Amino acid sequence: MLSRRVLEQTTGREVPLKFTWFNLMPWPHLPDDFREQHRSVWVDIPNTLYDPVRGHAVYHEYMDQLEYAETLGFDGIGVNEHHQNGYGLMPSPNIIAAGLARRTSRAAICVIGNSIALYNPPIRVAEEFAMLDVISGGRLVAGFPVGTPMDTNFCYGQIPALTRDKYREAHDLIMRAWAADEPFVFDGKYNQLRWVNLWPKPIQQPHPPVYIPGGGSVETYDFCLDHDYNYSYLSFGGYKAGKMLLDQYWERAASRGKDDSPYRAAFAQIIAVADTDAEAERLYAEHILYFYNRCLRVYPGFADPPGYRTVKTIREGTLTLLRRENQQLFQNVTWKDLVERGMVIAGSPETVRQRMEELIKTLRVGHVFCLLHNGNQPDEKTRHSTRLFAERVMPHLRGLWPEWAHDERWWIHPIENRLRPEETVGVQR
Amino acid sequence: MLDTRRGARVRVLEFGPDDGRPVLFLHGVAGLLDEHRFLDLLGERYRVLAPELPGYGDSTGEELLEDMLDFALHGWDVVEALGLAGGRPALIGHSMGGMIAAEMACLAPGALDKLVLVDAMGLWLDEHPIPDLFSFLPFEFGDMLFHDPESGTGLLTGGLDFSNDAVLREFFVANARRLGTAGKILFPVPNRRVSKRLYRATVDTRVVWGESDRLVPPAHADRWAALLPCASVARIAEAGHMVPYEQPAALAGEVTAFLG
Repeated sequence: MLSRRVLEQTTGREVPLKFTWFNLMPWPHLPDDFREQHRSVWVDIPNTLYDPVRGHAVYHEYMDQLEYAETLGFDGIGVNEHHQNGYGLMPSPNIIAAGLARRTSRAAICVIGNSIALYNPPIRVAEEFAMLDVISGGRLVAGFPVGTPMDTNFCYGQIPALTRDKYREAHDLIMRAWAADEPFVFDGKYNQLRWVNLWPKPIQQPHPPVYIPGGGSVETYDFCLDHDYNYSYLSFGGYKAGKMLLDQYWERAASRGKDDSPYRAAFAQIIAVADTDAEAERLYAEHILYFYNRCLRVYPGFADPPGYRTVKTIREGTLTLLRRENQQLFQNVTWKDLVERGMVIAGSPETVRQRMEELIKTLRVGHVFCLLHNGNQPDEKTRHSTRLFAERVMPHLRGLWPEWAHDERWWIHPIENRLRPEETVGVQR
Repeated sequence: MLDTRRGARVRVLEFGPDDGRPVLFLHGVAGLLDEHRFLDLLGERYRVLAPELPGYGDSTGEELLEDMLDFALHGWDVVEALGLAGGRPALIGHSMGGMIAAEMACLAPGALDKLVLVDAMGLWLDEHPIPDLFSFLPFEFGDMLFHDPESGTGLLTGGLDFSNDAVLREFFVANARRLGTAGKILFPVPNRRVSKRLYRATVDTRVVWGESDRLVPPAHADRWAALLPCASVARIAEAGHMVPYEQPAALAGEVTAFLG
């Protein structure tokens, strides 16, 4: 039997394809000789390369961009969690999301997400996500990543072979806490709580849409399908490489008797739009290359500690991921490589539209996380690219899944009478 | 193969005469390599039993072992399954095996004849840190584990052909099982607080260390000896962390002199 929520969704309004404007928040001031001087952008990168005073401006610029994306009609704005690195400056994405929740009123706040195995107890995530959902009026998309090995194991000390077990327990605790109407006892292996009694609870019932970022673990496919969560494939290998993994996901969905709604899946893509293809290269190449050559310079020893991936994933995974020469996949790439291999979709609005359509159809995704700020790209260029995408690309792609146009199972359900930021200033309540 | 009461299946290598004095050898973080000269030499005098930890090689049931107490009780489960309970075996633990052996001794010091710790993990000294072996790349292990990295690397990989896809995949699976299991007691810092329990390990103990151990610095030997109630230290020249494989004769001589 369909839940009341699904019935409402299936009889509701049309739901076109969803675009979320994502900012990874990289540190834009890594030195030119970063690659020569340092083995890794993560874990043991010298923190003397960070300058808190410049950081003040960087945070505000990035948050302004996220707010700007809402004004252009993006459906969601996205943030995520990483630790001790120059790749993404959000050890606590909830702090950024709280700022965004106050300054926006329409876009989904996509926190993709909180690494739930890292919180002691993970009830903290249930609470903070509920706070975000309530403050935003029901606009939270709740992401639950296992977390990269760099973050989870090397920076936050979790035992690789037990990380997934701890993750699953944290998930069970959070979902139960959101659902329960009475205090309960949680006797877990990693968390023992005599009183679980959530205040506040989220607006969205039974819970905010749940997105699970994955990188090709078989267990993650099954976990998403079994719980009807969105599978978000986040990589920088681009859509051509991503097809192999999403094909496996859709095969898995079919074999588990699930429908093939494209809204079950999301894909992150680096995008850069200019008036012409040549102009795109001129404007954005150096910044996107900064991202690939500096922000993705991860020491391979930090990328895959034994025990983090399961034996099942190693056995079923593609062998190319195991080869040592491929551990430095993105090193010393050129603009031509990036564009030809689909790692970057860049060019005129028409070029970008065509390639985005190819991406959406070949991967069968209903959600695109648009990475329109990359590396050390200045604010002005980021806004230019973002505006062109919103005005001249996005409208042509929205209707690509007409047969699923009423499927809102993986999107937010805000309250109608939520407060707008302008109304919350000086209003007596 | 040996079944423990907990449900693990353990491969046990045996050396020496069946009626010899029982000596149990617990291997290190790298596992039992293909050559066993040290164990062969000990077998000339003792009945040597070398169980392979679940997660290593053919031994299974690693999912049953989650924390330090599980690992230590597993050690005693193996002693029992071998029929040695009450027979007061001598216990030799190398590297991670030394950490497990020390915990076993804290649990039941009277059940052991003697204890030998060889380049044991399990203590943390801020001034003598142990490098993060879980971030090592395959080619770095030889450098960290051996006095002579060149010959050591050959011992570690056993001459596998990594250009063969099936070999490569099996290597990754085996490595993930081995170090994934080891990580439960060694990650992120190889210290599960045995130091506060060592007062209980009243068994006669010899602490043996490779003089050029770059993984667990030789200063750790002195700390073990200070914490253990009845311990003395011996050092082996031209040996890194992998003493049993790099100086098997010198180590066997040292151990034999101590066990008598």
